[in-house]
Amino acid sequence: MAVRLGLWAAGLGLVAAVAALPAEAQTPKRGGILTYVIPADAPPSFDAHRETTYATIHAAAPYYSVLIRVPPDNPASTTEFVCDLCTEMPTPTDSGKTYTFKIREGVKFHDGSKLTAQDVATSWNYIVFPPKGVTSARVSYYEMVDKVEAPDDTTVVFRLKRATTAFLPALADPYTWIYKKEILEKDPHWYEKNVMGSGPFKMVAYEVGQSIKGERNKDYYHEGQPYLDGIIGIFADKQSVRVDALRADRAAIEFRGLPPSARDQLVKEGGKDIVVQDSDWNCGNILTPNHKKKPFDDVRVRRALALAIDQWKGAPALAKIANVRTVGGIVFPGSPLAATKAELEQMAGFWPDIEKSRAEAKRLLKEAGAEGLKFELLNRNVDQPYKFVGTWVIGEWKKIGLNVEQKVVPTGPWFSNMRAGTFDVAMEANCQSVVNPVLDTGKYLPYKVYPENYGGYDDPKSVELYDKMQTETDPKKQREDMRAYEKHTMDTMVHEIVLLYWYRIVLARSYVKGWKISPSHYLNQDLANIWLDKSP
Amino acid sequence: MHRYIVTRLLLAVPTLAGAAALVFILMRLIPGDVCVIRMGAGGAHVDQSMVDLCHQQLGLDKPMILQFLNFLWSYVTFDFGTSMWSGNPVTHEIALRLPVSLEVAIMATVIAIVIAIPLGTISALKENTWLDHVVRVTAIAGIATPSFWLGIMSLILVLNISAMTSGKPWMPPIDYVPLWQDPIRNLSMVLLPAITVGYRYSAVTMRLTRSAMLEVMREDYIRTARAKGLLEQIIVNRHALKNALLPVVTLIGIEFAFLIGGLVITEQVFNLNGIGRLLVQAVQNQDNVLAQALVMLVVAVFVVTNLVIDVLYAWLDPRIRFS
Repeated sequence: MAVRLGLWAAGLGLVAAVAALPAEAQTPKRGGILTYVIPADAPPSFDAHRETTYATIHAAAPYYSVLIRVPPDNPASTTEFVCDLCTEMPTPTDSGKTYTFKIREGVKFHDGSKLTAQDVATSWNYIVFPPKGVTSARVSYYEMVDKVEAPDDTTVVFRLKRATTAFLPALADPYTWIYKKEILEKDPHWYEKNVMGSGPFKMVAYEVGQSIKGERNKDYYHEGQPYLDGIIGIFADKQSVRVDALRADRAAIEFRGLPPSARDQLVKEGGKDIVVQDSDWNCGNILTPNHKKKPFDDVRVRRALALAIDQWKGAPALAKIANVRTVGGIVFPGSPLAATKAELEQMAGFWPDIEKSRAEAKRLLKEAGAEGLKFELLNRNVDQPYKFVGTWVIGEWKKIGLNVEQKVVPTGPWFSNMRAGTFDVAMEANCQSVVNPVLDTGKYLPYKVYPENYGGYDDPKSVELYDKMQTETDPKKQREDMRAYEKHTMDTMVHEIVLLYWYRIVLARSYVKGWKISPSHYLNQDLANIWLDKSP
Repeated sequence: MHRYIVTRLLLAVPTLAGAAALVFILMRLIPGDVCVIRMGAGGAHVDQSMVDLCHQQLGLDKPMILQFLNFLWSYVTFDFGTSMWSGNPVTHEIALRLPVSLEVAIMATVIAIVIAIPLGTISALKENTWLDHVVRVTAIAGIATPSFWLGIMSLILVLNISAMTSGKPWMPPIDYVPLWQDPIRNLSMVLLPAITVGYRYSAVTMRLTRSAMLEVMREDYIRTARAKGLLEQIIVNRHALKNALLPVVTLIGIEFAFLIGGLVITEQVFNLNGIGRLLVQAVQNQDNVLAQALVMLVVAVFVVTNLVIDVLYAWLDPRIRFS
C-alpha cells in the first residue's frame, strides 16, 4: 500500500511510500505484550496538559482518552477527525460558534468510577482557562474558545468567540487527556505524578528512566480493543540502543522516527523481519534572520539568503542522510491549504532556475553593500536534522560568496540566544502535532503578536493578512488568504526562510500490525489498534 | 586513627561548601532556562505567562543571593530539594540510579583488580620477556581505547556473532532489573559494560602495578630478603607487592569514585539508568537543583574514597602513622 501524503517530494513528485503494511486484510489477533522504545530519558511529568514533549505522549497516551482525535485507521488525513469519547462529530450551530458533543455512556475510569461530560468539561476548562497556579501549555491554542460547559452528564458544549476552521483540529490535540473532575478539583497537580485515565490500557508499573508498563483495560469502550494484553515502553535515549533493540527484538517498534541510515542498516540486517512506515512530518526547519541586527534588517539581504538555497536539488540529496525530504511553504505540504509546486516556485528560495536565483542574490547583496558578508548561524546541538540542514545551508550560502560559521549549542543556550536576540541567523523548527495550518502558521507573526517569533520584526501588514486568513471560513477564500500571508512572509519581506519538511521513518518488527503512521509523532499513540501477528 | 578520621571528615565540610558554591555559580553561568526548555524544546509555542508561572513555582524569580542561601540552608538541613524537571525529590531520583552505577563500578573494579594486579606483577617479574610485551601491549591498547567505543563494538560483536551462530541476533536486556530480583537478567545487562569499563580501568592499573613493582624489586630490602634465602614467592607477595600496592590503591580508589558519576557515555550505550546519565540530563535540562546534588554526591564519594585510601595506607605500610 502506498500513501500519498505530500506534494513535492524531493523532486520525485510523491512523498510517502509505506514500505510494508500488510495488516489491512488480516483479522486482528488478541493477546501478547508489545514492547516499544521511547526515545527519551523520562517524561518530566505525566500531566499532558502542562507538558509539550513527546516523551509524555509516548509513555502515557495509552492510558487516557480524548474527546476527538485523528482517525486511528487513517491518521495521515489532515482534515478528518473522529470521536473518541463523543458519540458523533457535531455540526456546529450559531454560525459556527457552538459545538455540542454527546458523550459516550458507560465509560469508566480505571478506578471503576463513571466518566461523564462533567469530567470532559472540567478537563477542558483546566486546559483552556487554567486556574491560578496551574500550568497549561496550550492556552494560546484555544484563544478562540469562550466557554466550555456541561449542561448534563452526557453533553459538552464549546462556545467560541468566533467561527474558525482552527477549532476542530485544535480540539483533536493529542495532549488534551480527560482527567477525573473530582481529582482535578481536589489537587490540580495530582496528574503530574499519577496516571489514572480511561484509555485502552491501565498503568501497572513505572520506573523512572527505565520503563512504563500497562495492562489491557477490559472495560475499554471501543469494542474489541485493545488487542494487546499489555504494553511495555522502555526509555532509551541513545539511537544506537534503539536500533540494536529493534534488530535483536528487545523492542518491536519505535514510534518517533529514525534517520535514513538507521532504516537502511536495519532493513539490510533484519530483512523481512523489519517493516518501514514513512511519512512527511508536520515539523520543519526554518531560518530566522535577526531583523534587529544589521544587515539583516535589510530585506535585500534576507532575500539573498533565501535565493541562494537550492531546495529542489538539496531535498533528494539530504533525504539520503537526514530526516528531511519535502519542499514546502509555511503550511504542511499534505494540507489542502498548502502551496502547490507552481505557487512555491513564485517565491524567493523556490525558483526553478537556481542560477538565475543566485545571480539575483549576488545582485541584491551588492546593492545592499553586503557582498562577502560574514556571520554566524546559530544552531541547536541536535544531529537530526538540525546540524545536517545547517551544514547544507552554509554550503549553499558559500555559493554566493557568504562566509558563514555554524555555532552549535545545546538546547538551553540555543533558546537563550534566540530569546535575547543575540544571534545573526538562527536555525529553528516549527513542530506541531495535528495539522492545523491556521494555528501552525502563527509562528510567522511578528513578535509583538507572537512572542516566540525570535526574528524581532514588527509588521502590521503581516498581522492584517493573518487575521484575514484566520477568520475566513470559506476554504477557497481561506486558501487565497493563506497564499497572500505566505507570500508576504516568505517572499515580499522574507521574514523567515522555510526549509525542508522533516520526514518520519518508523521502523518495526514485522509482527507488529494495525498501527499506521501519521504526520506527527504525537498522534495516534493510544496503541489500542495494535496487534501482534505472532504466537505468544 | 579515630581522631584522624574525625579530623578528615570535618575537613570535608569546607571542601563540600566550596564545591557547592562553585557548582551553584557554574550552573547559573550556562545560558538557558529550565522552564523554556521544558515548554518549547519540542518546537511548540511557549506561552510567556506559563514560563513566568513556572519560574515562580521553581523559585527562579527570587534574587540570586537568596537562591544561593536557600541552597546552602537546604544542604545544612539535609533537604536536597526537588528536581526542577520532574518535581520528584532529588534523593528519590538519585536513589533510583545509584544502585545501577554502584553495581557497574564495583564489578568493573573487581574485574580491574583481578586482571591488573596479577598481570602487572607478572609483567614486572618477567621484564622484557614475550609475556611482558604481551601484557604491555594489552595495557596500552586498553588505555588508548575509549570504553564507550569498546562498548559499542562489543555490542555489535555480540549481535553479529549471535546472528551468525543462531540466526537470531541477541543483545543484553535494555531495562534494568536489580540483582536480587533476577540475577541472570541483571548480570546479562551489567556484565558487558562492566567488562568494557573494567578493561580500560585494568589497563591503567596494570601499567602502574608493573612500574611500582619494578621499582620495589630493585630496593635494598628485596636484595636483603633474597640474601637471607627467602623464597621468591614470599619476597614478591609479602615484601614487594604490599609496598608496590600503595600507589595502585590510590589509583583504584580514584577510578572507583570517578566511575560513580563518570560513566556517561557507557551508560547511554548500554541504556543503563545510572548517575552519569542523570547528571548529563540534569545539565541539559538546566535542572540546577538536581545537577548541584549530583555534583555534591560525586564530591562526597571522592572525599570518602580518599579517606578510605588513607586508612588502607596504614594497613599496607605500618610505617605510616596518622597523627
